Amino acid sequence: MLAYAIRRMGLSLLILIVVMVAMYGMVFLVPGDPASLALGPRATPELKEALRERMGLDQPILTQIAYFFGNVLRGDLGVDVWSKRPVLEQILEVFPNTLILGVVALGWALVMGIVLGCAAVVWRDTWADRLLGVLSVSVISVPSFVVAIYALIVFAVWLNWLPAIGAGEAGDFWSQVRALILPAFAVGIGWVGYLARLIRASMLEVMEAPHIRTARAFGMRERDIVFRHALRVAIVPTISILAVGFGSILSSAVFVESVFSRPGIGTLITGAVEKRNYPVVMGTVLFMTGFYLLVVTAADLLIARLDPRVRDVLRG
Amino acid sequence: MSFAVEETVPGRRGIGRALLADPMGLAGLVLVVVFLLMALLAPWIAPYDPIALDVKAKFQPPSAAHWAGTDHLGRDLLSRIIWGARLALGIAITSVGIAGAIGLVLGLIAGYGPRWLDSILVLIFDSMSSLPMIFFALAVITVLGPGTTTLIIVIVLVSFPAYARLIRTQTLALSGADFILAERAMGAGAGRIIFCHLLPNVVGPLVILICMDIPVVIMLEAGLSYLNLGVKPPSPSWGNILSEGYNALRQAPHVVVVAGVPLVLATLGFTFLGEGLRDVLDPRGAGRRWG
Amino acid sequence: MSVLSVEGLSVSYRVLGGRLQAVRDVTLAVGRGEVLGIMGESGCGKSTLAAAMIGLLPQGAEVAAGAIRLNGTDMLRLSGEEKRRLRGQRIAMVFQDPMTAFNPVLTIGRQLADFAGAHGGVKGAAEIAGMLERVGIPDPGRCLRRYPHELSGGMRQRVAIAAALLVRPDVLIADEPTTALDVTMEAQIIHLLRDLRSSFDGAIVVVTHHLGVIAELCDRVAVMYAGEVVEEAGVDALFRDPRHPYTRALLSCDPAVVMPGSGHLPTIGGRIPDLMALPAGCAFAARCGMAEAGCAAPVPRHQEAGRSVLCHRSAA
Repeated sequence: MLAYAIRRMGLSLLILIVVMVAMYGMVFLVPGDPASLALGPRATPELKEALRERMGLDQPILTQIAYFFGNVLRGDLGVDVWSKRPVLEQILEVFPNTLILGVVALGWALVMGIVLGCAAVVWRDTWADRLLGVLSVSVISVPSFVVAIYALIVFAVWLNWLPAIGAGEAGDFWSQVRALILPAFAVGIGWVGYLARLIRASMLEVMEAPHIRTARAFGMRERDIVFRHALRVAIVPTISILAVGFGSILSSAVFVESVFSRPGIGTLITGAVEKRNYPVVMGTVLFMTGFYLLVVTAADLLIARLDPRVRDVLRG
Repeated sequence: MSFAVEETVPGRRGIGRALLADPMGLAGLVLVVVFLLMALLAPWIAPYDPIALDVKAKFQPPSAAHWAGTDHLGRDLLSRIIWGARLALGIAITSVGIAGAIGLVLGLIAGYGPRWLDSILVLIFDSMSSLPMIFFALAVITVLGPGTTTLIIVIVLVSFPAYARLIRTQTLALSGADFILAERAMGAGAGRIIFCHLLPNVVGPLVILICMDIPVVIMLEAGLSYLNLGVKPPSPSWGNILSEGYNALRQAPHVVVVAGVPLVLATLGFTFLGEGLRDVLDPRGAGRRWG
Repeated sequence: MSVLSVEGLSVSYRVLGGRLQAVRDVTLAVGRGEVLGIMGESGCGKSTLAAAMIGLLPQGAEVAAGAIRLNGTDMLRLSGEEKRRLRGQRIAMVFQDPMTAFNPVLTIGRQLADFAGAHGGVKGAAEIAGMLERVGIPDPGRCLRRYPHELSGGMRQRVAIAAALLVRPDVLIADEPTTALDVTMEAQIIHLLRDLRSSFDGAIVVVTHHLGVIAELCDRVAVMYAGEVVEEAGVDALFRDPRHPYTRALLSCDPAVVMPGSGHLPTIGGRIPDLMALPAGCAFAARCGMAEAGCAAPVPRHQEAGRSVLCHRSAA
């Protein structure tokens, strides 16, 4: 188990290094000088030179890369070109907002997805199953930011039930919860459909298994078979997809945060992209990639814990 | 005791018929055809010039003259939506086409080439697809600057690793197949094996995957344009219309409401069609409506 | 009075291009303390018959005629829910493959408790452990905490038998209970079942293609061919004096009775008939060494003291 965990983390680290090199290399592959691109055509040569120096662009490329890696290892992701604040500080300031949004969205999607997926299995091949199927495909395909905009119009503008923008007052728990409802709805809705579908497919496969026939032969209720026996088996493959899917949850969050002007990683990075604020963009991408790899690795280890067969293969 | 129930893959005519018999697939087909026609015929069917300003007629609600109303610059929304279809489908098809070609070549190289090259390519594919898509896209946009060309490059970069992986897996599976081994034993060169035997067998699954990716790409284009990081205004991208409508949310909510509709219908249409096609083409999945 | 009786049962499967007749006009009965063997090649309909007895026919199966009476009630006339109440309470089953018969992600203890408690009567861990001890499992307490893959095939089959006995059924059906096991395990399980016979007061139905199992365990045997019971007799009478040509052929094919040094294994020539287009007369005629023109006519069932034979020439 430990050897597996180490191997799994080693692979993640390798991928992270490839990503870092690629990110940094990309800046130099493109024609044109990042400093003048960032400052626009009207910048004076002195201004450009000052910025180049601040970004470390006057150093030889290998020195820059070595410097960059060294800094990242020390937890220094660079300094904002404009505000001169450390990038990591800015990231850590807004990251909790995005994390809460992602976790709450995934959480309600998971609960609804499991319930609807199991319901579809219990009612399989009836009109209810078919209706759930069409609804699932529909909510999967509708873009989350369009859902966000429509939800905002209906619930914030017309009905005025929930706040339209922001993440709520600092320190006021209920205002934060109210500000979270619409974004979490928009980010999670597609995943309700996706998970319902996934659970249903996975469950139907499990329901064909001989051990389910055994449970039936002992007269267990179909409901108990679905929820107590089949779900435990069906959930295992879902976890890895859930972890990989956390990446797309983050993608949705970027758009949805922008719709609700909710401070978070999304609003931070889109603002930085517009201003071509390299250190902030690169730092955020690196941070989120690292975080995402951490989630995926953790999920793999969790699967190893949940499925006793995998656990033993790894131990042996 | 088990009985093999005969399974048949429908022929070319059967695919069409099976798709028409499936309400969801049929709805998808109709929507996709409508959007394709809108894209192809935009110059002839759009009632107005999509970028012609008429500031006096700004924020008009839907009427006989402007079926979908007008935006903050008095531009006709229906015309912008119709031209937006041309833009969305044009960008989507161009970029997945390029990504498909790159994926095909790299996948064949990884699957058929030497082992060390395969390992390097797989590490690159894995690294690229292990980045959350949006952050990778934003990094590329920062470097290249927003615009239509950047958008296409971004879409190509985020989609080709999956295509390459698929082709690689298929190639590896086929390389061990008896008929390929037989060809090799008879002294056929790599070129002949790749073009006459591997290529025809790996293209089918790739086309299905690419078709299923089109709604995702349409969504990405609209999303980035919505963030003002995609197609530059005044081009009538659905994302731009949404973004402009969002800014006038309280004055004229009809703009943003109307602008969301084509995006929802297009992604629904392509997804339904893709699902229908997969059910028809994959007989094991047939009958399992959403397996 | 018999606990379980099958009366004129016919089951067919709807398949592409017609109807496959898996079980044809089968009549059988088994009383308390009695062990009935159902013997035949694969594809003869014995598994379908077993599935019908426990009310778990697969999808696509249709009962064309007949009745299955458990303590006098016709199970075929019961609703799904009523059938479920009988399963695991009045009737229980041991399945062929102990490798897949248990849920891989739940402990043995949890599964046994779920099976035994499916009808409300919660069994204590002590009672479950006691039953495991009775079927010859060393250290039952430890076994309860283990996952199925941690036990050997023979151990798992013992657990399966324990699970079935735990609910004290009136009828225990064992579907190929030893087929998936190796020879030593097979012998152990046969011995176990024989030991349990004396203390079990219900009826046992053993479905198998293995002559050794029949000879060791059963009181009476029904031989099936192409969906029909071609011969039914007491086990001694059948082995000593098989009347149906098919039974004779089967007995002579058993590797255990083949003359040493004869240098070859006898086989039955030809193949089982097409179950979708069965002849009007004797289904075995095409492979029968004794067949004559008259065999094409519908076959009468010859009844005599304690046995019945389905053959035109049984008197010959």
